Amino acid sequence: MKIRHFPFVASIVFAVIIPFLPLILWSFSTRYHYPALLPQEFGIRGWMYVLDTARGQIAAGIYESFTLALVTTLISLVFGLPAGRALGLYDFPGKKLASLLLMLPVIVPPLSVTMGLHLWFIRLELVETFAGVVLIHLTFCLPYTIFVFWGVFSDYDPDFEDQARSLGASPSHVVFKIMLPMVLPGVVVAALFSFLLSWSQYLSTLIIGGGKMLTLPILLFSLMDSGDRPIAGAVCLIFILPAFLALIATTKSLGHQSLKGMH
Amino acid sequence: MGKPGPEKQITPVTMHAAAQGEKHRRTTTPRLLLLLGPAVAIISVLFGGGLLLGLLQALGYRPQDGLVSLSFEYFAAVGADPYFFKSLALTFYISATSTAIAALLSVATALFMHFKAAQNRLLHFILQIPLTVPHLVVAISMFMLLTPSGLFSRLLCRAGIISSPAAFPLLVNDPFGISILTVYIWKEVPFITFMVLTVLKSMETELLEAGASLGATPMQRFRHIILPTIAPSLGSGCFIVFAFTFGAFEVPYLLGRTFPLTMPVWSYKNFSDIDLAARPAGIAIGIIIAATVIISLFFSQLLLNYSRNREARS
Repeated sequence: MKIRHFPFVASIVFAVIIPFLPLILWSFSTRYHYPALLPQEFGIRGWMYVLDTARGQIAAGIYESFTLALVTTLISLVFGLPAGRALGLYDFPGKKLASLLLMLPVIVPPLSVTMGLHLWFIRLELVETFAGVVLIHLTFCLPYTIFVFWGVFSDYDPDFEDQARSLGASPSHVVFKIMLPMVLPGVVVAALFSFLLSWSQYLSTLIIGGGKMLTLPILLFSLMDSGDRPIAGAVCLIFILPAFLALIATTKSLGHQSLKGMH
Repeated sequence: MGKPGPEKQITPVTMHAAAQGEKHRRTTTPRLLLLLGPAVAIISVLFGGGLLLGLLQALGYRPQDGLVSLSFEYFAAVGADPYFFKSLALTFYISATSTAIAALLSVATALFMHFKAAQNRLLHFILQIPLTVPHLVVAISMFMLLTPSGLFSRLLCRAGIISSPAAFPLLVNDPFGISILTVYIWKEVPFITFMVLTVLKSMETELLEAGASLGATPMQRFRHIILPTIAPSLGSGCFIVFAFTFGAFEVPYLLGRTFPLTMPVWSYKNFSDIDLAARPAGIAIGIIIAATVIISLFFSQLLLNYSRNREARS
């Protein structure tokens, strides 16, 4: 790294890191009164609460959030990949209209749609159920996956599939041995997008889950109301952790040189 | 999300960028239906259905209560509320300001990353971190940083600049939504930066070299070569961010004032009111938010076509 670039690099790093500081400081404090910069008394009361006292509730929240995000992501991938392939590879009449419909949920806020669906979901007995919340998350995760695969398949060369087929490969062989390995980085990115989107949903989960689906964001909101900062800080850090690990994992799997180039 | 492969995949928001890569292949209708059908069906039913049912409810359609005639009474009531324009203006101000500031910072960051730090993988990784942090967590953190007894206030107090929390400017629940803007800018700069970086990476360097050898100043090269190249991607990135912030609930709910509320917070407040009669008004506000976003998409496309035609003429 050149010396004259240092201010710019430093400000990027500083800007990214600074919001983590109060979360970490508060989560490890027992006495932290104004105007002290560091806690007067460090302690693990917040972490004890999260990892011991309310362990069951937090673990259930993680489980709920994780399974919701996982199921939503799997369904998004299964339907998003073919749709992205159609948009990325082929020309057809009505393509503009189809792409507009499939991309609109990316920009129209979940709030507007969820409030409309609520009454209908009550009749179908989908409110307060896992399936109902998966469906509402899917409404916003699926378009993002399609969007990612659209880009992937714009750069994709299907001639490889023809060659495999002419050599006698079966359709499932073409899909699993030719196409999927070629678009694998795209699958990882699409999955990450979809997982993160579902993982951080609050309002749509609250409206459709009706307070029965106690995901991490729902728990965090109720903790904020109680105003206990050490606990809120600890839960925030737990909330960030899985996504952060996923980022590290994808960075590793997508580019091994990721941590090298700090010259 | 910013690694060598995936960055390419962010491109297609710029629909013409995707169109460039297409080789005009055709396929049979049954095959197309098989590929697109399920996704189109899911999104039509859940998304289209949700908006349509919302619209019907906002128009007072309640067949279970024998109310089958439609009326604009709820929309009219929302529009006539003195609250309405204040709320709309606040929401628009927050979205437009955070998007504009994020766009400027993103262009600067993307240019720096591309021309000065392309090899710095660690910096690329660090810049991806905000993409993974939920808005809710950032809002809580900004609350801890920016309240009168927050970390910044403590820092100023330690430095002897202020003597008590009361002397710290109001940055949370304040009229200008400073903490809300900060959350959005922190979250959206990496998003727009990576969208712009994708295009910069695929840009032909010959044009820039030619510009330089013909004596174009860095500013001229930016204005006439780089900016037109990144404009579509920057534009779609900004639009997504604008639309998201316009309809987002958590951040203004936690960090905003109680009056005026942003449109999404006002909408949900009505929707979740104990008095069920307030519900259609809440849904009506939700529909107004959706309509605003869709109409702005329409106008931004018009603007894009207009500027492209003008460019083609000149």
